[in-house]
Amino acid sequence: MEYLIRFAQLHETFRKPETDSLAELTGVTIDWEFYSEKSPYSIVRLDGGEWNSARARNLIARSILATGIYELWGAGTDYASLHADVRRRTQAVWPECYTQSFRFEIDAFHGSRSTEERRRIYESFKYMGFIGGVDMSKPDNQFTVFEEYQLDAVGNAGPEPIRLYLGRAVAESGRKAVNKYNLKKRKYIATTSMDAELSLVTANMALAAPGRIAYDPFTGTGSFPLSCAHFGSAVAGSDLDGRSIRGAPQRNVATNFAQYNTSHLYLGGFVADVTNSPLVQRRFLDSIVCDPPYGVREGLKVLGSPRIELQQEVILQDGTPAHLAPGYIPPKKPYSFFRMLDDILAFSADRLVDRGRLCMWMPVAGAVEETGSDEAIVGGETEFAIPRHPALEVLSVCTQDFNKWSRRLLTYRRLKDQDINQTELATYKEYRKTMNNDEATQGHRFSADDLNDFRRKYFQGFKDGVV
Amino acid sequence: MKVLTLNFLTCARKTCKQNPAAFPLHPKEAELEQIETDINPLFIQNMLPRLDWEAMKTVTNELGLPNLPLETPTAEALVDESSGEPSQTLKDLHSLLMETSVASGKLVCANCGHEYAVKEGIANFLLPSHMV
Repeated sequence: MEYLIRFAQLHETFRKPETDSLAELTGVTIDWEFYSEKSPYSIVRLDGGEWNSARARNLIARSILATGIYELWGAGTDYASLHADVRRRTQAVWPECYTQSFRFEIDAFHGSRSTEERRRIYESFKYMGFIGGVDMSKPDNQFTVFEEYQLDAVGNAGPEPIRLYLGRAVAESGRKAVNKYNLKKRKYIATTSMDAELSLVTANMALAAPGRIAYDPFTGTGSFPLSCAHFGSAVAGSDLDGRSIRGAPQRNVATNFAQYNTSHLYLGGFVADVTNSPLVQRRFLDSIVCDPPYGVREGLKVLGSPRIELQQEVILQDGTPAHLAPGYIPPKKPYSFFRMLDDILAFSADRLVDRGRLCMWMPVAGAVEETGSDEAIVGGETEFAIPRHPALEVLSVCTQDFNKWSRRLLTYRRLKDQDINQTELATYKEYRKTMNNDEATQGHRFSADDLNDFRRKYFQGFKDGVV
Repeated sequence: MKVLTLNFLTCARKTCKQNPAAFPLHPKEAELEQIETDINPLFIQNMLPRLDWEAMKTVTNELGLPNLPLETPTAEALVDESSGEPSQTLKDLHSLLMETSVASGKLVCANCGHEYAVKEGIANFLLPSHMV
């Protein structure tokens, strides 16, 4: 007994990982019998067996990229084969539906049907013998005929669908939240606030849920913590720039939580630097979600100074140390983008609970190339390696494509200590040590471009050959 | 910043990280704020094993709040046996961890003596260059 999951036809590479994450969260085993990036319809089997509406509803209730889940009543390549399949699969279920009210609708992808055609299609299901009457607003059974057409298909008698399904609706998804969290309606945002849809998807991938804690080390105006709190997780955020958290009296991160009625889940925001984090080195976080600065719009900086005289304690003329003066702003130095990603991984490995998740965005210089297959291939040499840590398993890599560049959402899972490869861990620790030493001996005489390949390519317009 | 958060914060200086004296940070001249919220038993129950109970006791004591039990309460102690309702222990914990927050003051590291300022509920952990 299969289910049909109806997806929105966008952010295709995020759809399956999001659903898989929700399956892990709700304890459902999901077998993908049919899935294609080019189709909004996918066929799955849940827990390997019978239909179970409660589990299906649970699975999809908070999904952002699915729109709903349906019992699969039939599939076919034309109406004859669809009807035959409906009889084969569901004839035994019909009697319990005989007297219940129902409603039919058509969901055509890359195609459309006139009112007359729709009516003819609905009536072709007459053989099921339902006499409960049509109820357009609150039917007991909502049936949807899914028609999938070839893109730009033309035919003499009009194009015909290439795949057909009949589904009985089980549950809607949580996609309405996208509208609720729309940045246009949020009181306090900034230039780099993550859009509502992808922040909510990120929160799903991070398994944010009641009883858990999520943390964002680059919180900005709080988009990720807000999304995690939407799903019931307690949240905390920090940022190197205190101004973004403090905002203005009536427009700041705290008022954003108030706007969505999730203040009770907001543990607090603080001003801090990931490389000198005040968070204890204890494994207490369930999720770490972040979109680290790419160094294009906002500078990529950490605490410290490249100037020797500022590396000593600075004493003001009146003899008091400068850092104790009110309004003191600590100096910052440019930082390597890849070093920062590496630091985030090390930080996360030390603080995530077993099976806790890190969801991190990173830019990729170069757009994703369209290929013939469902698989997208990232353009040759411009691809940045995915940062790795022996304690963190890469679960998924999702790509959002822009015109000349793209960015990826990387999802990692913290392995249990006994599952970590000890040889890799030893090598990794050695590598971190060497890197720290190199930095200490070489000093900090690098420009932002030297340290950030992405920034350099961005300002060169991602032209090939100019490196 | 909710009191729960204090149990996860230590001195930001690398040289203090290994020193037990750096945790917990000690609140000084702290102004507290109490905001009532709905009780979340699942969350409190999940947090209990993640808390450093000794640090909890120190901080509540220094904030002048009612004393905590000597040991971390067990999950059973959170539910009233006869009624199945939240127990007094759970209510107290909820009030302390989730309803009480530090609005302003300082957080002091007992190892290096550095003071981190808290203003409008936001703590500032940025360090001057010579401490990085």
